[in-house]
Amino acid sequence: MSRVLRIGNGAGFWGDNLDAPRLLAEAGRLDYLTLEYLAELTLSILAHLKSRNPEAGFVTDVPVVLSSLLPMLQAQPQLKVVTNGGGMNPTACARAVSSLLAAAGLGDCRVAAVSGDDILPRLDELQAAGECLQHFDTGQPLGDLRGQLASANVYLGAGGIREALGQGARIVITGRVADASLTLGPVLHEFGWSDNDWPKLAAASVAGHLIECGAQATGGMYSAWDASQPLGNVGYPIVEIDAEGHVTITKPSGTDGAVTPDTVAEQLIYEIGDPQHYLTPDVDVDFSQVRLTQTGPDRVEVSGAAGTPAPPTYKVSMAYRDGYMATGTLVIYGPNATQRARQCGEMLLQRVRRAGHVLARTNIECLGSGQVVPGIAPLVDPPEVVLRVTVHDPSKAAVERFTREFAPLVTSGLSGVTGYTGPRAKPWPVLAYWPTTIHRDRVQAVVDVKPASEWLK
Amino acid sequence: MPNTIPLGEIAHARSGDKGNHANVGVIAWTDAGYEYLGRVLTESRVAEFFLPLRPKQVQRYELPGIRGYNFMLSDVLGGGASRSLRIDSQGKTLGVAILGMEVPAPPNVAEMLRP
Repeated sequence: MSRVLRIGNGAGFWGDNLDAPRLLAEAGRLDYLTLEYLAELTLSILAHLKSRNPEAGFVTDVPVVLSSLLPMLQAQPQLKVVTNGGGMNPTACARAVSSLLAAAGLGDCRVAAVSGDDILPRLDELQAAGECLQHFDTGQPLGDLRGQLASANVYLGAGGIREALGQGARIVITGRVADASLTLGPVLHEFGWSDNDWPKLAAASVAGHLIECGAQATGGMYSAWDASQPLGNVGYPIVEIDAEGHVTITKPSGTDGAVTPDTVAEQLIYEIGDPQHYLTPDVDVDFSQVRLTQTGPDRVEVSGAAGTPAPPTYKVSMAYRDGYMATGTLVIYGPNATQRARQCGEMLLQRVRRAGHVLARTNIECLGSGQVVPGIAPLVDPPEVVLRVTVHDPSKAAVERFTREFAPLVTSGLSGVTGYTGPRAKPWPVLAYWPTTIHRDRVQAVVDVKPASEWLK
Repeated sequence: MPNTIPLGEIAHARSGDKGNHANVGVIAWTDAGYEYLGRVLTESRVAEFFLPLRPKQVQRYELPGIRGYNFMLSDVLGGGASRSLRIDSQGKTLGVAILGMEVPAPPNVAEMLRP
């Protein structure tokens, strides 16, 4: 029986439960703990933070979580951590983490920063070389939006993580890498698979996809919500994988939630397009024949993934500045609450127009009456509804003025209005998504591995 | 006796976003249900159900290994996560919504219910 590697994922996005990584590392008997923090647009927010402070720009949950993991790093010599929480600034994140490690007597612990994904500073060179950077879905040319770009990051693959681990890193901090690559990197390092062993790369990438969203594989968000309860102490997912690419999904014993073919199937199908071509930078995975089999309590075997060579391009996630948005809410109580809420919303927008602002996009929602998915559920008239008005405009002043119009409705609106306490809504800058691709040979991971004590010099 | 049933009696679902597109994955509880969904849950039926969201296109993909159908709904999120003016900017609830779709009650519905 070959060696089985245990990889747990303790975070599915920036803002996920802060105790989950520690609880998973305490009970999971892990070889690797992965922490996935980067949604499609997270890097543009981090780019904004970095523009104001050159030592910022990484996910601030990382040092908080690492601090909670120090006792496990001391007690479990096999435990390694791989995270994409380096965001726009993996080296600054490595320094922040290193100072925690050094203070805990782990100054010898080798920390890696994996970067090379940020191509914003290289766009002139890349466009001159023939990269058009057109919109991935619409084919629209980038054109004038070029000047509005806030971030441009390539989804790198598992190679940089593998290299960092090969250089003895115990903590690997990356910028943008594909979510599945966080799992594949450690597997490649441990089992020495060649990077064209497509069936095995596919198996490990499916495993990575299944755990990337944390508790969504272990009962969180499960449709049959009565069957995975309770969830208060939900266990985060663990992949067991061996050198042949056999994969089992499980979770720490004694935790809440459930690992069944049904809970895992919902995560398999989550946020995918064509299941025959789940594209990662490492491999083109075919999910369509994947089978899930219960092999024990909270144990599901995953088989049947197929793989072919990865596409010749890397996906790039870019974000451009696109004006300002704001949203505000009020509560309307009493008979005909829905109708009165809508009238309040329209009144509010009329007053913004009276003040001389024509807002580009506006939306009134009467939440509680069946409008979360507009037009689908039959509308009802509940005894109270939440009025939510949201606007988008190039002008910050116009959006700012909009935010002022909620409070006046308490005296100049319709009866039954309440829920106006708390801070006034604030405009936020919109960063819009521009997915594109570039040829793989244009970028390379940059790997820097040093003991924590040296990162602090 | 009603001649339709909500999809949620014979299937479960999850949805999410890809830019301004949403994916809605529908998974039958049983093999019989998967076979039945193959006939009734067509691209045009799903497009009709989500018509108020004005999908530019609806594409269906099959995952027989998990008894699943994945529907890609193009341009339904009002601009996507950061630009949408809707409370559910990421299409998280579309999976729950589709389970409320009424489908013709099959004679062998007992073979399709959640085990």
